[in-house]
Amino acid sequence: MVKHARPLSPHLTIYKPQLTSVLSILHRISGFVLFLGGIALGLWLLALASGPEVYGRLQLHMQSWYGENLLILLLFALLYHLCNGIRHLCWDAGLGFSLPAVYRSGAAVLAATLVLGVLYLLLFYSGAARA
Amino acid sequence: MASQLPHKIKIGPGKTVCAADGAKHKKRFIVYRWNQDEGDTARLDTFEIPVDACGPMVLDALIYIKNRIDSTLTFRRSCREGICGSCAMNIDATNTLACIRTIQECPEEIRIYPLPHLPVIKDLVPDMTHFYAQYTSIKPWLQTHTPAPPDRERLQSPEERERLDGLYECILCACCSTSCPSYWWNEDRYLGPATLLQAYRWIVDSRDENTGERLDDLEDPFRLFRCHTIMNCTSTCPKQLNPARAIAEIKQLMVNRTL
Repeated sequence: MVKHARPLSPHLTIYKPQLTSVLSILHRISGFVLFLGGIALGLWLLALASGPEVYGRLQLHMQSWYGENLLILLLFALLYHLCNGIRHLCWDAGLGFSLPAVYRSGAAVLAATLVLGVLYLLLFYSGAARA
Repeated sequence: MASQLPHKIKIGPGKTVCAADGAKHKKRFIVYRWNQDEGDTARLDTFEIPVDACGPMVLDALIYIKNRIDSTLTFRRSCREGICGSCAMNIDATNTLACIRTIQECPEEIRIYPLPHLPVIKDLVPDMTHFYAQYTSIKPWLQTHTPAPPDRERLQSPEERERLDGLYECILCACCSTSCPSYWWNEDRYLGPATLLQAYRWIVDSRDENTGERLDDLEDPFRLFRCHTIMNCTSTCPKQLNPARAIAEIKQLMVNRTL
């Protein structure tokens, strides 16, 4: 009885957020965003198959400010999940376990996500401007 | 799951004791306090300590508080040199041993909590029963089928002995396991970094003859594979060991033996 009356010591709220744990939870969050993105992709195809009228209505949303921001979020979720996924593959092969290596690969994943994302957006918007 | 957890309590404000009037160097220690009589509220007590009048380590500050300010403050300590693991606690938001964390490297306000996500017995003393039971479950002793040589010990080559470096130094302080979010959410079924590092220590021991059975025991979606390589364990280990690498090497052995 006494055992159950014992409080649980504080955990998530008092533990220091670090590159290790923050990148890990970001991997999960980006994975979940991609899951939602997968559903959105299905709906997009459905709209495409339903003819120009339905697709036109969807396109209005996708080209609105919120639609565009959501697509950019999806892009960064995809790139982060991809880069960090490669990091996880290295770990599964037994590579990069020293603490300095963990911090270096973490920083590299963030940098790669940012650079690839910005590069993609630059290419996309310059292409869109020309078209 | 939720019903097995100890009940949630509020953390209220505690008392503030200033024992450093006129002292040149002082630091504030904010310490988690709870005992059975207080029921549903834990408190954070603040003690202002003259740093020059106290030893160099955080443990010295806790002993200073217990000796001179509040004798009811409860914590575990023994060796005061980082080898017994008793004074493992959460200091300045990460887990470490109070006896080898210097006060100097801490900020002006030092927050001290018991090891995270464990049932609290009193103040900084958590209940480690489950942690030790998990350690027992991996059978942390040499298992053999062949009889030992009659005239000598079971010998190892220097290379075989070297494989235990970085593993045998683990003092089971539980800093790593209680820093791991995966262990927080699944501690009933996931063994956690400390126990898995110890399991690996016996798996790679050249004298042990039960390697296959040891791997069989760990082949489980929870016991081993709740490790998601978060790496909080390695980053917090006060002995600079690498539990995450040990776990990854167990996972590799699991794969290799099926090839």
